[in-house]
Amino acid sequence: MNAFLALIGRDLRLAIRQGSAVGTALGFYLVAVSIIPLGLGPDLNLLSRIAPGILWISFLLSAVLSVDALFQEDRDDGSLDALFIGPLPAELIAASKSLAHWVTTCLPLIVITPLAGLLLNIEPASLPKLLAALLAGTAGISFVAGAGAALTLGLRKGALLLPLLILPLFTPFLIFGVGAMAASPGAFEQSILLLFALSVFSVAAMPFAAALALRLGLE
Amino acid sequence: MGGLRGNGTGNTSLAKIEPLGNLNHQLKKTEGVKAIVAEGLACQRGGYTVVSGVSFELRAGSALALRGPNGSGKTTLLRTIAGFLPPSAGRVHVRPAASGADEGYFHYIGHTNGTKPRLSVIENVSFWQRYYSGAADIEVAEAALDAFGLLNLAGFNAGHLSQGQARRLGLARLLAASRPVWLLDEPSVSLDASSTRLLERAIALHLSSGGLAIVSTHLDLALPESQVLELGAASSALQ
Repeated sequence: MNAFLALIGRDLRLAIRQGSAVGTALGFYLVAVSIIPLGLGPDLNLLSRIAPGILWISFLLSAVLSVDALFQEDRDDGSLDALFIGPLPAELIAASKSLAHWVTTCLPLIVITPLAGLLLNIEPASLPKLLAALLAGTAGISFVAGAGAALTLGLRKGALLLPLLILPLFTPFLIFGVGAMAASPGAFEQSILLLFALSVFSVAAMPFAAALALRLGLE
Repeated sequence: MGGLRGNGTGNTSLAKIEPLGNLNHQLKKTEGVKAIVAEGLACQRGGYTVVSGVSFELRAGSALALRGPNGSGKTTLLRTIAGFLPPSAGRVHVRPAASGADEGYFHYIGHTNGTKPRLSVIENVSFWQRYYSGAADIEVAEAALDAFGLLNLAGFNAGHLSQGQARRLGLARLLAASRPVWLLDEPSVSLDASSTRLLERAIALHLSSGGLAIVSTHLDLALPESQVLELGAASSALQ
């Protein structure tokens, strides 16, 4: 447990000192959200109707932007070997990395989502629903992305392959995330529960997939 | 940057060997392994058998030097012993000194140092301490840095270190977090003569407290109590 906390603590500290990964994700999110309305024309009703979809898609793209670096740096500087020979099983190393990704990338993106929503003329009343859906679903996104990053580790064009690999896996998150904003009664509750279920499944299962990929990568 | 230059190896005089009292205390914990045994070990790399028929028995307090030309499989053998690669034949196993929980016996230092340029020198060492031993012990961390002549750089960003200093920082985690078996792959690369002496002294200290070391090197590294395993050229890989 101490080793797990030590690893998380180091990764958070590195993310804060480096800042570039978080900054890139936030910048990409805001730019994507602000240029889409320019392509849609001056229809405010249309904009607020499709705002949740735009926010979710931009969020997903921003979240995977720097995920290829999740294990890459540790592999390149030899830390991954030293982590593997240490007390943590590979599954927990992968879980800690995914958790660090959620805290350093998804959480800041959620925090600026109200601002991004403002750019899309989203109804203020639906903002809490959107944030709740993001909080419920994005943990799963980080863990799926972590498994993808482990799988493409060491591939020369891994950074390009990675979105191709994991974005299709985000489809259920996207469907239920946008579904949570639907006006029909009960839609929000059902979608939130399904998002939670997806996240719980990903958090529980993805570290095993990531560990398998990491072990193969060590060879 | 004057401080960096001030740490020329002239300052890391070998006369400062004494402040290892804290380490001696910490190193008592290295007596966890009675022996490490390889029986008919063969290792593959990319489908080719690089090393085969390796057998040795290394007892606590002694070192094994792996020698051989480039491509003879020193790194592959070390990574197999570390458990990163499955052996293609034979096996290698550790005889623990006492039956108990296997909390991991190895330190592995490969060609890269496992240091983070954005963390300070002392933060790097403390992280590995926390990771391997569960808690940071600042006195032991400083003693480990001192043993590699890095104590006066403790507050510096590791990214500002020279190659040799970064190598020494990577090696410092061996002493900062105590584990019984050291697997070192060309540990003296980019070290100057006096830093190599520091490394030899650290290995000797580790062995004298009951640890084991397997060291690949094509330079002459003075290892006390050592067996030598000569690995041939990669002839089998060429067939």
